[in-house]
Amino acid sequence: MAKMTVLNDRCKGCGLCVSACPKQIIAIRKDIRTPKGYCPAECSDQSKCTGCAVCYTMCPDCAIIVER
Amino acid sequence: MANERMLMKGNEALAEAAVRAGCKCYFGYPITPQTEIAAYMSKRMPKCGGVFLQAESEIAAINMVYGAAATGVRAMTSSSSPGISLKSEGISYAAGCDLPCVVVNVQRGGPGLGGIQPAQSDYYLATKAGGHGDFYIPVYAPCSVQEMADYAVKAFDTADKFRTPVMILSDGLLGQMMEPVVFPEITDNEPEKEWACKGHGNKRRHNIINSLYLKPEELEASNRERFKKYDIEKAELPEVETYLTEDADIIVTGYGASARIVRSAVNAARAEGIKAGMIRPITLWPFPEKAYADTVETAKAYLVVELSMGQMVDDVRLATSCRRPVRFFGRTGGVIHTPAEILAQIKTIAKEELK
Amino acid sequence: MAIYQKPHALEDISMHFCPGCTHGIVHRLVCEVIDEMGIEGDTIGICPVGCSVVSYDYFACDMIEAAHGRAPAVATGVKRSRPDKFVFTYQGDGDLAAIGTCETVHAATRGENITIIFINNTIYGMTGGQMAPTTLPGQVTQTTPFGRDPKVAGYPVMVCEMLSQLTGTAYAERVSVDSPAHINAAKKAIRKGFEVQKNKQGFSIIEVLSTCPTNWGMTPVEALERVRTEMIPYYPLGVYKDITAENK
Repeated sequence: MAKMTVLNDRCKGCGLCVSACPKQIIAIRKDIRTPKGYCPAECSDQSKCTGCAVCYTMCPDCAIIVER
Repeated sequence: MANERMLMKGNEALAEAAVRAGCKCYFGYPITPQTEIAAYMSKRMPKCGGVFLQAESEIAAINMVYGAAATGVRAMTSSSSPGISLKSEGISYAAGCDLPCVVVNVQRGGPGLGGIQPAQSDYYLATKAGGHGDFYIPVYAPCSVQEMADYAVKAFDTADKFRTPVMILSDGLLGQMMEPVVFPEITDNEPEKEWACKGHGNKRRHNIINSLYLKPEELEASNRERFKKYDIEKAELPEVETYLTEDADIIVTGYGASARIVRSAVNAARAEGIKAGMIRPITLWPFPEKAYADTVETAKAYLVVELSMGQMVDDVRLATSCRRPVRFFGRTGGVIHTPAEILAQIKTIAKEELK
Repeated sequence: MAIYQKPHALEDISMHFCPGCTHGIVHRLVCEVIDEMGIEGDTIGICPVGCSVVSYDYFACDMIEAAHGRAPAVATGVKRSRPDKFVFTYQGDGDLAAIGTCETVHAATRGENITIIFINNTIYGMTGGQMAPTTLPGQVTQTTPFGRDPKVAGYPVMVCEMLSQLTGTAYAERVSVDSPAHINAAKKAIRKGFEVQKNKQGFSIIEVLSTCPTNWGMTPVEALERVRTEMIPYYPLGVYKDITAENK
């Protein structure tokens, strides 16, 4: 079972993972603020995650862990 | 071999002494009148497992020294006045990172391209304005080929002991002339450099060599810490030669090549019944203020002799607290004063100040 | 079982780069290569002035900060004094191709056995978006407010094209980090650079087309699009020099 996790203390909400995700299951949580004040990314449907790690690859802040 | 007397040029004696002192890397760039140092190193370094590299510029050379020093090896560069201007950026960075290294300035006349003859017009550059920012570096001023060798060795020890760039301020006269030299015995004074960037080998956290502090308070703290080190340097490092100063009415003072001529003039003055003496600073920074303070009660006047329009004279006035007249005599641009010229100055002072 | 996460050679602290800036991707790629080669303890990095100036805090290997443009000279001093260590510099375009062109060209022509990671984002980022040597003709920056006019400000410096002409250059490749495929290719190129160094084959440079969303005035996603539509056509990707291929 694949899983992607966003580390909120590193995420700057840039959205590169959002646009890169082939399954379109990552979104910016506008209702949340990270410790640095950014709106972080979040996987909206872990069941559809294939663990392809494209989000990890595109992330400039090493804010994503992908397990599969 | 170690204690054999040899006839050598000043520049070559300095280079050989540096190698014996454990200099592992030399980076330089040709400029008259210091080029013999680079030429000597190019022959010598490959034979002893050291590094000689002719850099693409003075700027590159000092930054190569910065890199080598950052890995913890003894490194040196040399140049002459215009080249030292170019190196001042790197000297400031090395001082800001507390990197030990040796920079040799075989001075020539300036400003600008100036000339290629001996001069002493980089005193300010060496002692007061070695680059941007709040820093000083120890400056040794040899006055013979023997001292070119002796202070090359000492410069490396001082650099390592205080983690600082050290300058040897020589000039075209000392660099080019030949004299007998006996190389000093080398004692291993190179400390373990735990701060160096030589690969952490997965045994410690990474070392960082850096002079950037984005928080103003941290930068100020680092400056204050460095100036505490300078206080220790001021207590431990000053070196000076005094000659016939105990009963001297007139004290003539000069460093490096000038001091050689001053000594002759002082002897000539004594022969004519004038009580003259000499103070020769060997460290220009820290300035040997005590030698002046010690004589200011007994001496009647001071004469500062430099191959410049007057730079060290400021420090002599400060060191004597302006309690006695301090006169200046200088030649520039490669013109070297004669003993007779200096004697004439001494006589004038005797007439005007010893009434 | 975590499989994709921060490499060990990248320190566990948040980087100062602006949101969406691809500097962070390149940092990670360098660290992944260091991890995969197992060379963190034998690597010394040099980061000069520019947006990379505090990267000494991010790379877990020994790190040296350098004056603006001087990293290749500093790296030369490091490598010559410690020839058994891996030495890399991480330089921006202003640093490498303007104030430090001399040091770069001569490190290359000496065949200095170091690896340069060169970030080309066509702008000075740290100082707030001025013209870089790599700024494209017509590009608006703070100091080219009407667009870079080659008649006044000259043309962009083509670094890989230039350095590949030098005999001392062993490996020169231009890559991009605008897409997952390009990022994977960029990592291979960085690995290649370090392998060239390991085999003592000489100077290697990997030019990375990168973004600066803040100073380009774009969103991070728009910035990646600009890399594809404007930068890659002007700065073609590919291997410009590879002596390991020539020797085969």
